Amino acid sequence: MIAAPLTPPGRTAYINARLLDPATGLDAPGALLTEGARIADVGPRLFADGVPSDVKVVDLAGKALAPGLVDMRVLITEPGGEQNETVKSAARAAAAGGVTSVVCLPNTDPVIDDVAGIEFINRKARDVKQVKIYAYGAATRGTEGREITEMGLLANAGAVGFTDGSKTIASAGVMRRVLNYAKVFGRPVIQHPEEPTLASGVMNAGERATRLGLTGIPREAEIIMIERDLRLVEMTGGRYHVAHVTTAESVDVIRRAKARGLAITCDTAPHYFALTENDVGDYRTFAKVSPPLRDEMDRRAVVAGLADGTIDVIASDHTPRDQDQKRVPFSQAAFGVIGLETLLPLTLELAHKKAVSLLDALACVTCRPADILSLPAGRLAVGAAADLVVIDIDVPWTVDEDAFLSKSKNSPFGNRPVQGRAVRTIVDGRTVWTRQEG
Amino acid sequence: MTATPAPAPSFPHRHLLGIEGLTAAQITQVLDLADGYVEHSRRPERKSDLLRGRTVVNLFFENSTRTRTSFELAGKRLGADVINMEVQASSVKKGETLIDTAMTLNAMHLDALVVRHAESGAVKLLSDKVNCAVINAGDGHHEHPTQALLDALAIRRRLGRLEGLVVAICGDILHSRVARSNIHLLNAMGAHVRVVAPPTLLPRAVERMGAEVHHTMKTGLKDADIIMMLRLQTERMSGQFVPSIREYFYFYGLDYDKLKVAKPGALIMHPGPMNRGVEIDSEVADDHKRSMVLDQVELGVAVRMAVLDLLTRPARAASAALSGFAP
Repeated sequence: MIAAPLTPPGRTAYINARLLDPATGLDAPGALLTEGARIADVGPRLFADGVPSDVKVVDLAGKALAPGLVDMRVLITEPGGEQNETVKSAARAAAAGGVTSVVCLPNTDPVIDDVAGIEFINRKARDVKQVKIYAYGAATRGTEGREITEMGLLANAGAVGFTDGSKTIASAGVMRRVLNYAKVFGRPVIQHPEEPTLASGVMNAGERATRLGLTGIPREAEIIMIERDLRLVEMTGGRYHVAHVTTAESVDVIRRAKARGLAITCDTAPHYFALTENDVGDYRTFAKVSPPLRDEMDRRAVVAGLADGTIDVIASDHTPRDQDQKRVPFSQAAFGVIGLETLLPLTLELAHKKAVSLLDALACVTCRPADILSLPAGRLAVGAAADLVVIDIDVPWTVDEDAFLSKSKNSPFGNRPVQGRAVRTIVDGRTVWTRQEG
Repeated sequence: MTATPAPAPSFPHRHLLGIEGLTAAQITQVLDLADGYVEHSRRPERKSDLLRGRTVVNLFFENSTRTRTSFELAGKRLGADVINMEVQASSVKKGETLIDTAMTLNAMHLDALVVRHAESGAVKLLSDKVNCAVINAGDGHHEHPTQALLDALAIRRRLGRLEGLVVAICGDILHSRVARSNIHLLNAMGAHVRVVAPPTLLPRAVERMGAEVHHTMKTGLKDADIIMMLRLQTERMSGQFVPSIREYFYFYGLDYDKLKVAKPGALIMHPGPMNRGVEIDSEVADDHKRSMVLDQVELGVAVRMAVLDLLTRPARAASAALSGFAP
């Protein structure tokens, strides 16, 4: 390494760590050395003979040290919705959740569909200096689903992928062009898969919606859109990623497509493997999400998809909404839940329940999203950015919305008992957040 | 009439938000009490002072002259001060009005709040914010519990029971809170419920609520004791859910011909207002031997008196305890 940082290259040794590196399958006691912003060394035998005296020592006392989380689906409502969340508040929430890289959706006001929009986020992120914030560029102008954006210029400005975010690219003709054109710039196209003419409801179509007198969104709305898109992917050879898979059939369709060699990826969000439509209960608007919470069979299929690797990534789909948007009748309430601060414990829940191995679960929130978006993150590798999280894997705690650092509190997980949380978050070798005990 | 001294058994629910969750015994308790109020309402001197000094507010976010009048009469016959508030949801930003109005009304110390709203769940949301008893007078497509109770009372008074009867609910089940409340109530009371509608007007998995699904009147009405017709809203008639009024009436409009397969003397109900020539033929609608429409209207007042009585009992018992042996 010939890194010549402007500030003195502070060296810090994290010793007595349980090293967890999903990319290499490493799960062993050991130590990690950071030098400036980078990982200088890592391994089970590092500092076996003691730490040099000029190195600052942090004794982790057996706690886990893993790559900082990469959350590839976060809505930061700045600009245009600063009452819900700002780049600053989202960055704080991310740091508290052990997330060191955030990728934000273009569904702001105005929409991030030009270079100025990307640069706005880049500038805000630099000012905040807490975690790394990347942005997607809109796939179509104004996310209106008609004209494609300046993807090349957006990519040059730093857009890590193209998506209309929480809106579906509904027209097959437009989607074909988006997939075709994005190829040139090597960025994936991320789709919110819902056939809009079928998805006009407010919760999953089924007995629960019928009893509550709410309009249903059938599962087929999602399945149909994924199936259509897969045809277009085969036709164009574009890079395609399906956001928040929620139904059993969606998982099946993707599993089969991967089996026949299609280079596609997908993610799901914790609420789709941790909750079902029953959690809507008596019109709980905090359980109103898009796509909607499905039934128990779907939930299990999503867990199975994570277990066998069909689902590559877990993303929080963090969507901050203030009281005014949620304390209204269910049909009028905004979709979305926050998730930056619950992504890690809910992902760990899969491992605690032995549904998915610990390293596989962590891969879903570290190296895999980093690889899909070509981000320099998600690994405990020498030379890589020292973006790390110290995790107390087994500590039991109860989710408390009021303790969230996110500006909005719309979490459906309030009062849920969980296990494991971030206790220290490190970005570019610098500790950006530490959990205060008690 | 003097105030009732001995407190009657209380009702284990603070609000009446829906029929779902009520037991057969609780439904029977309401119906028995309502029976008494039917007789009471037929007397020349109809006014009681049971709720004297109590305030009942009818908060209607959706127009409904019938239901509002029925609740108003019920409150007044019990001696309560009844205030009608009609809030046009369109004139103010939706949602804000609901919580704000609830908080405002709550500060005025009401005893009962009767609410109708166009959104499912809106009444439940409001009930979380107030201290008084809340009665759902219809929320979106969710429930309209007093309608189901008055329908049940009408049937019980004509046929003596609900258990074992075959009840066919026909028409726009998808958008109907009346249908949902009736399905819950009739199931709780041991009746056999059918829903009869084209698939475009049926919600998903309605059979799991306890209703046998029929797509034709011929099979749906076969041997039915009771036929409940539902109103089809005009805006849903032209192509969105059914292709035309003509076609809908031809296949699903109730006329004497379709009635032939039902039990002889089968009774016909309708929550009103009727669309003659859409879901029901005028002749059938006006058949005094079969149509229970006017019974329904009369019994509606009695049922709402019973509900107001039951839900205000805890508050009345509390103030009776406070005032001790006040004359």
